[in-house]
Amino acid sequence: MSDAGLLALCVLVPCAGALAVALLDRRPNLREAASLAAAAALVAAVAALVPPVLAGERPALKVLELLPGIALALELEPLGLLFALVASSLWFVSTIYSIGYMRGNDEPRQTRFYVCFALAIGAAIGVALAANLLTLYLFYEALTFVTWPLVTHHGDAEARRGGRTYLALLLATSMLFLLPAIAITWSLAGTLDFAPGGILGGRVEGWAAAGLAALYAFGIGKAALMPLHRWLPAAMVAPTPVSALLHAVAVVKAGVFCVLKVVLYVFGPGFGAQAFGWLPWVAGFTIVAASLVALRSDNLKRRLAYSTVSQLSYVVLAAALLTPLSLAGAALHIAAHAFGKITLFFAAGAVYTACGKTRVSELDGIGRHMPWTFAAFAIGALSMVGLPPAAGFASKWYIVGGALQAGHWAALAVIAASTLLNAGYLLPIVYRAFFVAPPAAVAAHGEAPASMVAAIAASAGLTVLFFFFADLPLALAARFAGA
Amino acid sequence: MREHLPALQVVLPLVAAPLIVLARSPRFAWLAATAASYGALVAAVLLAAEVAAGGTVSYAIGSWPPPWGIEYRVDPLSAFVLVLVALTASLVAPYAERSIGAEIAADRRYLAYAMYCLCLAGLLGMVATGDAFNLFVFLEIASLATYVLIALGPQRRALLAAYQYMLMGTVGATFYVIGVGLLYLMTGTLNLADMAERLHDVQELRPVLAALAFITVGMGLKLALFPLHQWLPNAYACAPSMVSAFLAATATKVSVYVLLRYYYTVFDPWALFERLPTGEVLIALSVAAMLVASLVAVYEPDVKRLFAWSSVAQIGYITLGIGLDNQAGLTAALAHLLNHGIAKGAIFVLLGGVALRAGAGALGVADLAGLAARMPLTALGLAIAGLSLIGVPGTAGFVTKWYLVLGALERGLWWLVAVVVASSLLAAIYVWRVVEAAYLRPAPAGAGRGEAPAPMLAAAMAMAALCVYFGFETSFNVGAAREAADFLTRGLR
Repeated sequence: MSDAGLLALCVLVPCAGALAVALLDRRPNLREAASLAAAAALVAAVAALVPPVLAGERPALKVLELLPGIALALELEPLGLLFALVASSLWFVSTIYSIGYMRGNDEPRQTRFYVCFALAIGAAIGVALAANLLTLYLFYEALTFVTWPLVTHHGDAEARRGGRTYLALLLATSMLFLLPAIAITWSLAGTLDFAPGGILGGRVEGWAAAGLAALYAFGIGKAALMPLHRWLPAAMVAPTPVSALLHAVAVVKAGVFCVLKVVLYVFGPGFGAQAFGWLPWVAGFTIVAASLVALRSDNLKRRLAYSTVSQLSYVVLAAALLTPLSLAGAALHIAAHAFGKITLFFAAGAVYTACGKTRVSELDGIGRHMPWTFAAFAIGALSMVGLPPAAGFASKWYIVGGALQAGHWAALAVIAASTLLNAGYLLPIVYRAFFVAPPAAVAAHGEAPASMVAAIAASAGLTVLFFFFADLPLALAARFAGA
Repeated sequence: MREHLPALQVVLPLVAAPLIVLARSPRFAWLAATAASYGALVAAVLLAAEVAAGGTVSYAIGSWPPPWGIEYRVDPLSAFVLVLVALTASLVAPYAERSIGAEIAADRRYLAYAMYCLCLAGLLGMVATGDAFNLFVFLEIASLATYVLIALGPQRRALLAAYQYMLMGTVGATFYVIGVGLLYLMTGTLNLADMAERLHDVQELRPVLAALAFITVGMGLKLALFPLHQWLPNAYACAPSMVSAFLAATATKVSVYVLLRYYYTVFDPWALFERLPTGEVLIALSVAAMLVASLVAVYEPDVKRLFAWSSVAQIGYITLGIGLDNQAGLTAALAHLLNHGIAKGAIFVLLGGVALRAGAGALGVADLAGLAARMPLTALGLAIAGLSLIGVPGTAGFVTKWYLVLGALERGLWWLVAVVVASSLLAAIYVWRVVEAAYLRPAPAGAGRGEAPAPMLAAAMAMAALCVYFGFETSFNVGAAREAADFLTRGLR
């Protein structure tokens, strides 16, 4: 099959998967098989695109003319491929996990869950492959709407409230800021195509450029810059597989991915550094402030959500520094954080399924009951802190290098402080789980269902493998950063 | 046969109406009304093709050459609106049988169909004619038929709503005819093309200005331009659901067309927008409509009234596009005639289905609880059409929003960009009240399950599908709108 055909396939496979799931409503085993098959097919399709991209090609496909002069078009570049690889491989892993979680917790409306899940991945892949801003915006908004039924899955008052916050913040940012930013770009540049070197250089200057940059940075609400981050903790009312794959990987990474694309391909390296000169400060503030909130959260998923807010801003910070090393670090961090954070969420969901606990303070000694889960949790925590042998080390290394290259001492200080904070809010959980004696009156329980443990082991394994065999992500990140 | 198309599409429904009254059989009435709608659609599409190929088509009624006889004149703008009206009629008419059967007493059903045919003939005539007074006649035919249709609504409130609309509508039509009278006084002609020529030589401008004001206010009443919209929410909420769907998609749109016709082809648009504050007034009123009516919709408990208020706001999009007075704005206005028509048509048809199943008169937002479980396709259709009202990319509504934002940017009106996106955010809120009720609230105990009758559902889903189709394949809505906008602005400045 031609590369352009493969591009179309990457978006269509999840949609076809959603259709198959919907049709198999009455036969749960076949339905889950369809989800797994779609995920496997997607991994294969994305993997088939690796050789041409590494060879320097940019497979492209123009689907149709959306508006005069603006096409609905796909084009694959190294960063998009990296994002698509992460999203598709983790979709497979988390589908295995979902099967255990949804059945173990006897969740209602499972068909709708799997349908929206597949559609969300399709939208995320669309974001990864978008060749211009309007295509990107189309998939970006679609991602918001198809994840809303997942966030509100339980349908109770709390879910409705969470869903409202989620939708209101994401829609308000994208409609009030992002859409005008795209329209302004169109009226200034006469094109919306992503181009190396940017399309805005020399067309807008000074305060206006910084203002446009701000419209983009805050308009992409999925990047969760403070003070527009509250949708992410609100989304934690969703079942844990959703929090794990979508609100640690697909949705939030789509956000920072968009920021990277805009910085590098709309503003361009030289011009972007001027226009986004203020962004490291906002991102730095978000990194530290969100870590502090995480430190004080007793609810495990909420703590992880604020950790995500903080880690996302690493990517934004690295993007805004705009040095070759920091850009490579940003690209790597999209992948590295995904593997580590999904492991942590998987573990949180496994705890909930096995014994119904949701608070950090309830986890004393739980590692003795669930050794596999908490071993994986420890690896994920190491990755968040940025210690070897976990994925987070590689990306943090590059981001620090980028900050040095840029001579941005404040950014270095932020990274140092947040490393301590990360350790402060994650490692005590590991300590608690293994070394604090469990309370006397506790019902004995074992691990979560086998498929969940398998998924946790797989994602933790990937987190470690990423540290030792980082050739492919490094190659893609380097090609993206132009280093 | 082909050369008679401009007259034929008006004559078909006009002849169907008395036949229906003679036959008095609801079944025959429905068949005749449907056939007339499809006939009109075929004629409109053929005409549009002819205009696209060979330019403006002129037809002399009774072979009396214009400007002495009545001329029918179909240009790119009127061809676009004709297709819109006939298309809506053809989508609504087939499903009318079940809806009207449920909402109107058996002995009055044939009257509803007769009035529907008259209304369709009037609307098509208003678009096709090139004569100012003939336009007034068609306006009155359409309006009188509409008053009757609204009065046929299932609740007693419908009588009051129809009366209210009749008062306002009559004022509007009277203002229009006063304006035409003044123009006739100054130019001595009623043919619109001829009138435009002769207006160049008119020295005394005050009567012409008065005519402009009368026509603007008169048509503003008919198209529900804020703050002349008071009749609309009651009329749409009380009318039989098929009538709401048909009117929401066509009646106000045709009045917009008439306004455009006068602004751009009779008066001198340069003088209108550069030397008079027409643009500013339109922008101010549209902004008020988009914000105020949307806010009312956010708090409105009755679903049909909610979407009627939404119509007032969405008409604001259209008039805003006209007020911007540039290519992008005009494209947005014209494209939105269609984009809003299909979305609102779908919504009212679907609500008709819900009302049919619920059996209740008024339908509150709370009554939609659990709709996704009871009527999954209906809920999906409401959600899709709602997304188009919001203007989510990938739906027809987005196209309008995009061009409105571009038009405002071109004029350097930054605050207006903020108003457009803010109003679509308000739309998101009122649409999501409905979606949340349908998808997240549990169905009340004892609520019946089951979709609306198949023909109704098919019509509504076809319109919902068009909302998505026109969001991706924009060569018809944007293409035709741009062509019409080009035609209106060509060689004028």
